Amino acid sequence: MSGQSQRLVVVPTVTMLGAMKARLVGATRGHALLKKKSDALTMQFRQILKKIVSTKESMGDIMKTSSFALTEAKYVAGENIKHIVLENVKSATLKVRSRQENVAGVKLPKFEHFIDGEIKNDLTGLARGGQQVQMCRQAYLHAIEVLVELASLQTSFLTLDEAIKTTNRRVNALENVVKPRLENTIIYIKGELDELEREDFFRLKKIQGYKKRAIEKQTAAANQFAEQQSAEKVSLREGISISSAHNLLSAAAEKDEDIIF
Amino acid sequence: MANRAQIQTRNSALIAMIADEDTVVGFLLAGVGNVDIRRKTNYLIVESKTTVKQIEDAFKEFTGREDIAVVLISQFAANMIRFLVDSYNKPVPAILEIPSKEHPYDPAHDSVLSRVKYLFSSESVASGRR
Repeated sequence: MSGQSQRLVVVPTVTMLGAMKARLVGATRGHALLKKKSDALTMQFRQILKKIVSTKESMGDIMKTSSFALTEAKYVAGENIKHIVLENVKSATLKVRSRQENVAGVKLPKFEHFIDGEIKNDLTGLARGGQQVQMCRQAYLHAIEVLVELASLQTSFLTLDEAIKTTNRRVNALENVVKPRLENTIIYIKGELDELEREDFFRLKKIQGYKKRAIEKQTAAANQFAEQQSAEKVSLREGISISSAHNLLSAAAEKDEDIIF
Repeated sequence: MANRAQIQTRNSALIAMIADEDTVVGFLLAGVGNVDIRRKTNYLIVESKTTVKQIEDAFKEFTGREDIAVVLISQFAANMIRFLVDSYNKPVPAILEIPSKEHPYDPAHDSVLSRVKYLFSSESVASGRR
């Protein structure tokens, strides 16, 4: 893996090691938290998914019922009812308000419908079929109820989908990039520190060796001196200095010009 | 998360419609319709002589308007501008595909449901119904 060899460019010191360890702890905690968030979102997501599917199914039935109600109204009130309705449009009485719902830090929109002002075109179908028209209106109001619910579910679905993707991306980034990198850096710093320690140890050993050798030399020199000293003492007792005795011998060894034979 | 559109809390928003005449009439009866000062409606009636361009423009207008929270679109109309519906990915306004009288509802065509299927093809919820 390419991430295995990656590490941060840092100076291998004990302070940096401490900082890296702190960062690793932070990354681990963040990873755990994000994982929890992702799980919570996924749970919510699946619930919404189930609701969407069931609501979509019921939407089909409700739309069928409302279409049928409209057909009934048309049959009773006459075909021209639609022209009356189309002409009577002024401002919406049925509106939607949206509010936010918070799921693990993700804001989900929730729609709810409400009726603003009194219901207009009450005179529609005054001549005939008024009851059918009212029933038709009720059917469509019911349909709107379901559709608005479905709309909020669908919006939540899209929002959650994206939020989950982002969270998962973060979780994976922490798990596969940030944490290995920090771990590698820690390993690297530890290795470097060990190396330094070994080097130091070796240096100390070396110096110790030098010192030992120097002491040995000194003792050897002292011993030699003591020997010489004792030899001098012995020769002095004999009445001749050891140095002159040496000289005598060396003088004898030398060729003397004055000696004829 | 910066790219995610901000969801405002609004006190009142409209429901827009792109559908056949009967469906539109039904919802208008329920009180959804709105005509503003410039005689602009929040619905489009799709007839046999309505062009794809008109539906496209209406869709773009409704999804771009601030005061619309939900866009209801008949599935046959959505199929005509499928590329637009599929590429639409904002949370608000929500696009909702509804069945119409002449055209039976096909869940496989629904952009959101197909996404559900794509995401959870192995899950029983999404795969069980198709």
